[in-house]
Amino acid sequence: MTELLLQTCVNAVYASSFMALIAVGLMLIFGVMGVVNFAHGELFMLGAYCVVFVYADRDFPFFLAVMIGLVFVGVLGILMERALFRPVRDNPLAGLIASIGLLLMLQAAVAMGFGVRMEHINPPNQATFHPFGLEGVVVALQRLYVIIGAGVVLASLWVFLRRTRFGWALRACAQDPEAAALQGISINQTARLAMFIAAAMAGLAGALAAPLVRTYPYMGHSVIVTAFIVTIVGGLGSLGGAVTAAVLYGFVHTFVTTFSDGVIADIVGLLLMLLVLVARPTGLLGVRDRD
Amino acid sequence: MVSAWGSRGAFVGLFAGLIVLPHLLSFSQKEVAVFLVINVLVVVSYRLLTLTGEWSLAHVVITGVGAYASTLLAKRLGVPVPVAMPLGAAVAALTAYVLSFPLFRMKAFYFLIGSFAAGEVIRLCWKRFREPFGGPKGIKLIPSVPDIDIGIVDVAFFDPVNYYYLCLVVVTASVVVLRRLEQSRIGLTFHAIHWQDKLAESVGVDTRRYRTLAFVIASFFGGLAGALLAHYLGTVNPNQFDVESMVYVLVWVIVGGTATIYGPILGVVALTVVNEIVLRELGVDQARPLIYGAILIASILFLPDGLESLGPKMKRAFVRARERSDRGGTRG
Repeated sequence: MTELLLQTCVNAVYASSFMALIAVGLMLIFGVMGVVNFAHGELFMLGAYCVVFVYADRDFPFFLAVMIGLVFVGVLGILMERALFRPVRDNPLAGLIASIGLLLMLQAAVAMGFGVRMEHINPPNQATFHPFGLEGVVVALQRLYVIIGAGVVLASLWVFLRRTRFGWALRACAQDPEAAALQGISINQTARLAMFIAAAMAGLAGALAAPLVRTYPYMGHSVIVTAFIVTIVGGLGSLGGAVTAAVLYGFVHTFVTTFSDGVIADIVGLLLMLLVLVARPTGLLGVRDRD
Repeated sequence: MVSAWGSRGAFVGLFAGLIVLPHLLSFSQKEVAVFLVINVLVVVSYRLLTLTGEWSLAHVVITGVGAYASTLLAKRLGVPVPVAMPLGAAVAALTAYVLSFPLFRMKAFYFLIGSFAAGEVIRLCWKRFREPFGGPKGIKLIPSVPDIDIGIVDVAFFDPVNYYYLCLVVVTASVVVLRRLEQSRIGLTFHAIHWQDKLAESVGVDTRRYRTLAFVIASFFGGLAGALLAHYLGTVNPNQFDVESMVYVLVWVIVGGTATIYGPILGVVALTVVNEIVLRELGVDQARPLIYGAILIASILFLPDGLESLGPKMKRAFVRARERSDRGGTRG
């Protein structure tokens, strides 16, 4: 029983780290641009398909494929900012609708290019190990990649936001775009930067997790639903809240899946979010209400 | 007076066209016409909800509540279908009333996401609980609307043309009711809440009660649309009411525009015609979401007030062009 609990904990850590990568990106976009990016799950999906295209179909090294996924999706993020979100910046609903349009287009484009069937991707490294010498607990190395990748990226993002001038500019824009512009910070440039970081994080998550999850053109749907839950529970605009909520959700969802079933776990997750919204309509760590 | 007669004439013409229409279509197009009329009710009821300024992502699930409720009443409890349909709509309205307690604590994005979550919970319950909702495969063999057979009049609703007329009657009546409602004091209050909710509150309007009212009424008519759909198709399943269907409703409403009741109708009709005539004839089934997405993005970037704003815009441009040519003429 202890071993099952420990195994579930390990799985939960994997689920939360991968969710944190996506939710923090979603939050970053909302913080700087005030747009809820519905196409974020599709950015994740494109990251996974970069691995399909480069690694599974053409036998290039896995980590090269991950890097390509990261850069490709990041650049796509910059294009999204320029073409979709910048023209409608003063109207958050329009940004949301535009991202829904993009979601439909990306799904259809990938479905036409790769087919709607699930892709089979062999993990580059099939090795597993038993942490702390526990026989009953198995960790696949591939999952460890995701956990380490998420940890490194989130830590460097934190340092970037706290210690560099670009990071300060980004946080200033998130707090008050007008005041930031008065200080000589370019809002367009900052938005582009935020969009690149957020999209690249989603692409990285998709690329690293591609051999572990079901990779098909509509895989973004379940991811975006979860990411919404996490961002809302954490409170819109709070990156620390997003990470906390990702861990909370990861553990709750994994435990309910293990001891009941997946659909019940989804329902519990959604109810958890509704509960948080009812008790604290701006999320656990959300402080301000952005109108 | 002349213009009133003119618009009345236009309406009479429109209805004559709508009555003749199904006889000019092929069988599959007749079915599409049935779905189109039902979808008109979905978008018009959705617009009532957006009047107060809140955009819900649960509306399609609410139509599903109407469909499931009416189905279960008719199939399990043996309620006659014409009674089960409004009862299903009432269940949808009741569901909305219950949901309004948690949801209207939130505003703007929180409401959007909260309504999405609430809708998904309901949908996942249909999927998970085989008893009584039938699980992922849903419910089949739903009783259809009983045939009318009184002497000379014999109307079988299995025929899409007759079902089309039934839907047309129900939907037209609903649209008239919704339009009247919008022009009434209640409707004006909805508008006031949308544009100036603090000001409305300061003169004693209970904004939350009016938001709830809009949500409940919109859900009643949405549920009615769902019931109409269920008894025509003869089957309901959770995937009919997923977020993709909600996206299509959003596309129709956004492309049409929400300023007047005609905007969403224009949107759903225009896009259905494009979908059925242009895309189906071209045989680009797989690329359809691609084109829909492009239309959505283009309309949000270039026509943010929807198709309905096209008429006045062109009129203005025309007037301006004429003024310019007039000025040019006097100068010359």
